[in-house]
Amino acid sequence: MDEIDRRIINTLQTGFPIGDAPYQEVAVQLGLTEQALIKRLQALLDNGTLTRFGPLYHAELMGGALTLAAVKAPSKRFDEVTDIINAFPEVAHNYARNHNLNMWFVIATETPEQIRQTLTAIEQQTGLTVYNMPKINEYFVGLKLEA
Amino acid sequence: MVTLDETDLAIMHATQAGLPLSPQPYQRIAEQLGLTAEIVMTRMAAMQEQGIIRRIGAVPNHYKLGYRFNGMTVWNVPDEVIDKLGLQVGQLEFVSHCYHRPRHLPEWPYNLFAMVHGKTQMDVDQQIRQITDLLGDYNQGSEVLYSTKILKKTGFRSR
Repeated sequence: MDEIDRRIINTLQTGFPIGDAPYQEVAVQLGLTEQALIKRLQALLDNGTLTRFGPLYHAELMGGALTLAAVKAPSKRFDEVTDIINAFPEVAHNYARNHNLNMWFVIATETPEQIRQTLTAIEQQTGLTVYNMPKINEYFVGLKLEA
Repeated sequence: MVTLDETDLAIMHATQAGLPLSPQPYQRIAEQLGLTAEIVMTRMAAMQEQGIIRRIGAVPNHYKLGYRFNGMTVWNVPDEVIDKLGLQVGQLEFVSHCYHRPRHLPEWPYNLFAMVHGKTQMDVDQQIRQITDLLGDYNQGSEVLYSTKILKKTGFRSR
C-alpha cells in the first residue's frame, strides 16, 4: 500500500458519487486516470485491504433485523462452538474477544422472527446460553479509519 | 420502516456484494436488471436520501490499515441520561459505532457500547480516557473487550 492507495481509501470511505462516470469523477479529484483508480481498487479488494466497495444498506430500515449476541465458549470447545455458530448463514460477523463472554457475533435476518429462531437454534446446538443484545438506540454509525 | 418496491429490492440485491468495477457501474447494474441507468441512479439516490443506503463507499479491513487495537468499550450509565451521553460519545472522532444495548444483570451491567480503533495500545488508552472524562460521575463501571480474532466476516450489507 503506497501513498496513492492511502488517498484512495481515505477518499472512498467518505462516499462515492452516483453518476454516469463516477470513477472518472473520483479519479480526477485524486489526480489519477480512471483506469488506474479501478485497477488499484481491484487490487485493494483482492488483497483484503478493503472488505467491501459499494452501497452499505441499513438493514432495519428495510424490514430486516440485526442483533449482537455473545456466548461463553469453554476453551476446550472453542473451535467446535465457532464452527457451529459460523455455519449459520444468518451469522454475518463473529469475533473472539478477551472476556468471559468470549465470542461475539452479529445475526442478520430478513425478519425479527428469524432472529429469535436463530438464537434458539444456536442455544440448542451449542448447549450454551446466548446473551442477546439487540440495539435499543443507535447514537452513531460511521466507520472512517485514516489509512 | 420504509417500503421498497421490487425495483429497489432488485437494485439492492444486485449491489449488496459491491459495485461493479467498470467505468459505468450504474449502467452495468441497469443492464443486468433490464432497467435504464437513469432509473438505477434515481432509485439509489432516493434510497441514500432516505437513509436506506447509509453511504456508498469503501470499507477497509481495520487490521490491514494497521488498526490492530479494536476495542469494544462498554459502560454502565444511568438509563435516564444514556441518550444524552450516547450522542456525545458517538460524536468523538475515533468512535465508529455507538449504541444503547440491554444489560444482562447481574453479570453484564453495561448498557452503552462504543467501538474504538487505534494503531497502538496507547492510542486506545487515550481514547478510553477521553470517554471516561466525558462520562464523569455517570460512569458506574466499564470494560474494554478487544477482538483477538476474526472468526467470520461476510460481505454483509450494514455495518
